[in-house]
Amino acid sequence: MEHITLLIGIVIVTALVFDFTNGFHDTANAMATTISTGALKPKTAVAMSAVLNLIGAFVSVEVAKTISSGLINEDSGIQPEVIFAALVGAIIWNMLTWLAGLPSSSSHALMGGLLGATVASAGFGAVNGDVVIMKVLIPALAAPLVAGLASLLATRMSYRLTQGVDEKQTAKGFRAGQITSAGLVSLAHGTNDAQKTMGVITLALISGGALGADADPPFWVIASAGIAIAAGTYLGGWRIIRTMGKGITDIKPPQGFAAQTSAAATILASSHIGFSLSTTHVCSGAVMGSGLGRKGGVVRWSTAGRMFIGWGLTIPAAGLVAGLSALLAEQGDLGVTVVAVGAVTACAAIWVASRRQPVDHTNVNDGPDHTDPEPAGVVTTAMQVVAPPPVGSRAEEPLPQSVESIPHQNTAGAPADAAAPAGAAATAASDASSSAQANSNASSASSAPSASSLS
Amino acid sequence: MDIDWAALGQVFGVSLVATVGLVGLFTLGILGTASKADGTSAAALPRVGAYACFAVCALAVAYGIYLIAA
Repeated sequence: MEHITLLIGIVIVTALVFDFTNGFHDTANAMATTISTGALKPKTAVAMSAVLNLIGAFVSVEVAKTISSGLINEDSGIQPEVIFAALVGAIIWNMLTWLAGLPSSSSHALMGGLLGATVASAGFGAVNGDVVIMKVLIPALAAPLVAGLASLLATRMSYRLTQGVDEKQTAKGFRAGQITSAGLVSLAHGTNDAQKTMGVITLALISGGALGADADPPFWVIASAGIAIAAGTYLGGWRIIRTMGKGITDIKPPQGFAAQTSAAATILASSHIGFSLSTTHVCSGAVMGSGLGRKGGVVRWSTAGRMFIGWGLTIPAAGLVAGLSALLAEQGDLGVTVVAVGAVTACAAIWVASRRQPVDHTNVNDGPDHTDPEPAGVVTTAMQVVAPPPVGSRAEEPLPQSVESIPHQNTAGAPADAAAPAGAAATAASDASSSAQANSNASSASSAPSASSLS
Repeated sequence: MDIDWAALGQVFGVSLVATVGLVGLFTLGILGTASKADGTSAAALPRVGAYACFAVCALAVAYGIYLIAA
């Protein structure tokens, strides 16, 4: 332990922070549909997922020997500064997509960070272009198609088989099945993703000389990675859960079961056969497939489109942040400090921004208005792409109804005066994002009057 | 460029067959154990079939856990 320099220590802490963001970012993959079909209560779902992630971190002993899966040339070892910069890029992108409620791949964020940091420090020559296409682009296109088609067909068959049977009679069974499939997804996630963090920490320790080459990760590394991912999962990325469980399509129990089973089967098949697919892409595709599979089911392509754009931006955006961080971090201790302080500040700012429109376990199921018609025009779609997550067409909802919940929700945001509801309502209406907040609050206030006071 | 189409095809096939097969079996299991419209519980033969379906699904889950741990 005495070999651990300050820089290595910073890398370890940053890796654990990334692991934590990975946890809450990916809770949705296993639990979004489970929560939206009512198979499990929101808190129960995230608790179960957290426990399974923790178990998953311990069940497999095989730890990734390379952190980039061959994307970059690791033969000569990776500088701790580069790993640090890569992690910073990945964390910031995870935070931003969480704020926007976009399910995006944490592994892609890490890959993008590594690519950006490597290019900034060693040039394009250190990147294996073929591997990028093989391991990043093709899987990103294939994953939603594979899982989506399987889920579509399974949903269709399931509805055909249960034709004429009362939906209430079968719902309980489908929910039970869905919980099992979601459990498998959680377990697989803990195994895969916690290992990535263990790999990063182990490599950092090796590069700093604290561990011999080819050493296995010490127990404290395994335990801390498992605990960080489980804690993140338990926190619950409610914004992403809402998008996945309610935003893409309205999910009924048979669909939830088909989607989650398709996700579990695809993830296990891909990791076993050795063509690794991103869990997030698989799960999003499965949810879309189940939306298409039910008669009368509607996939909100505006939300899906925004998600696809997020996937496309993941590598360049995380790479850009990581590249800039790498340039700074290589300037020495002062540079590393600047990057660290900048990252902490950015995360704090994103968190504060999230409090303007909080989503938690009390309002996670108040999705967009269910009667929201599919926007027709290209312009509408384009505008929604850059706008905050969708809200229903409830702009005409009387605002005073929502006002009383705003002061509760704005705990860390701008001060809202409960004694001046009219003024608060006018302010909220004048601001585009605040009016979105008012709308979602209006729906939460009307559907669950007691919920807003809990948050 | 060396794209492993065979592996991708395999993933595609295995995922499709496993998902549709398991969802189908589980749905049959649910149908077999569901009580009839008049409120009486399901007949013996469908119920035995349903339990067999659930058993196959349970085996699949066990295999899944084995794959994760191995």
